[in-house]
Amino acid sequence: MKVYLDNSATTALDKEVLEQMIPYFTDTFGNPSSLHNYGRKALKAVDESREIIAKCIGAKANEIYFTSGGSESDNWALKGVVKASKQKKKHIITSCIEHPAIMDTLAYLEEKENVSVTYLPVDKGGRVNVKDIEDSITDDTILVSVMFANNEMGAIQPIAEIGKICKEEGILFHTDAVQAMDSQNIDVNELNIDLLSMSAHKFHGPKGIGVLYIRSGVKIDRLIHGGHQERRMRAGTTDTPLIVGMAKALEIAVRDRAENNARISSLRDDFVKRVLDEIPFVYLNGGMEHRLPNNANLSFAYIEGESILINLDLAGVAVSSGSACSSGSLEPSHVILALGVKEELAHSSIRFSLGKDTTQEEMDYTFDVLKASVERLRQMSPLFNMEKGTGSYV
Amino acid sequence: MYNDKVLEAFANPKNVGEMENADGIGTIGNASCGDIMRIYIKVENNVIVDAKFKTFGCAAAIATASTATDMIIGKTIEEALTIKNADVVAFLGGLPPQKIHCSVLAEEAIQAAVEDYRSKQK
Repeated sequence: MKVYLDNSATTALDKEVLEQMIPYFTDTFGNPSSLHNYGRKALKAVDESREIIAKCIGAKANEIYFTSGGSESDNWALKGVVKASKQKKKHIITSCIEHPAIMDTLAYLEEKENVSVTYLPVDKGGRVNVKDIEDSITDDTILVSVMFANNEMGAIQPIAEIGKICKEEGILFHTDAVQAMDSQNIDVNELNIDLLSMSAHKFHGPKGIGVLYIRSGVKIDRLIHGGHQERRMRAGTTDTPLIVGMAKALEIAVRDRAENNARISSLRDDFVKRVLDEIPFVYLNGGMEHRLPNNANLSFAYIEGESILINLDLAGVAVSSGSACSSGSLEPSHVILALGVKEELAHSSIRFSLGKDTTQEEMDYTFDVLKASVERLRQMSPLFNMEKGTGSYV
Repeated sequence: MYNDKVLEAFANPKNVGEMENADGIGTIGNASCGDIMRIYIKVENNVIVDAKFKTFGCAAAIATASTATDMIIGKTIEEALTIKNADVVAFLGGLPPQKIHCSVLAEEAIQAAVEDYRSKQK
């Protein structure tokens, strides 16, 4: 059996989406910037797609800017706001669990643009404390950037509360909503979001296309210079098939959201409960209350995450791990460590991210394969005593 | 990223386990770094007649421990000490660059086990 439980890494393109895209590769291939009939037909599809996406987040169509994906959207939001700010001293507030597209960009801005950054901690459940944000705001604060939901352990952040504070203080609020678009209802006006990043391939759309929502009136510089596309804000030939695919995928995600969330979270809850009940020395990373419905992140004591991942893969189950070994660095996941999890347990973390196609049968199979893998690897571990059935890190 | 030989060694490792009355035990690494390799050796007339391992680590760490223990069985102590991490990597048909350190752990664990054996002989 093959089981794909890495939907937070990427999702399968929806067949309905693919069908919608195909004519725009071959028939309606014109450049939407061209004045002739070929171009006008493509432009119509782009305009309609922009409308659909705007409607899905309560925005206006002219606030939707197409990008190459989540990383570009994040880069643009941060660099663009810093470059456009006339303030002498520039301060940004963020969380310590952001995606590398935020973390690495902020490190760059600290080094090259003399921006000061406050990285807020998270609690055991993986959420920032709203009070910490209030306390960190200074006269120099130009932007707060906090992700909507975390990619590794699924913690949904207090976005409405953060948006409210930012609005009161007159500070721009950006959120990386790449992991949240599939399952969370988002209205940028209700939540007071000024900038929002998304990526189509996380909700069964195509790879290579994303959006940066920019509220009208927000001062932001361009990231990509060149042609006049995207109202002169983002150069590059408009990619009609990808845009059409993204809009269709988001439309389907919103349409089926409530139903999918209920089914997926029920599968996830049963799986987590069974693993915690039936496999000893397993720990849940993050809390259950404010969590993406498809995410389970568990640490399996005394064995290392990458070896679990490969063992599951040999049995046909695809997951991801926060161990150093799987990332190619020496440090385990900064997100899992931020929860207060010890290094040795962070090395043992596995993320299961379910999707709309996940079935009960697949989860049952995954459980069986997981239980056997954990036992096999513990037999090999110098930290675990099989006879006594206990382990120790000393 | 792993080749079939590495995956095979990980899926069906040889010489897994502890050894009662081992003549030498070498342990390298620690849990907070995500890697621990422990190699046990049994020595008769200066020849390693048996070797076992236990590993907390990634698939490459387990594969290299299996290979390294296999390579030293039947070798003299002096011959075992000439086994370098590159030999283990070559036997496995290559490892991803970020996994080379696993093979270094294997080499060091062999050396530590031999050192432990020698210190007990004095």
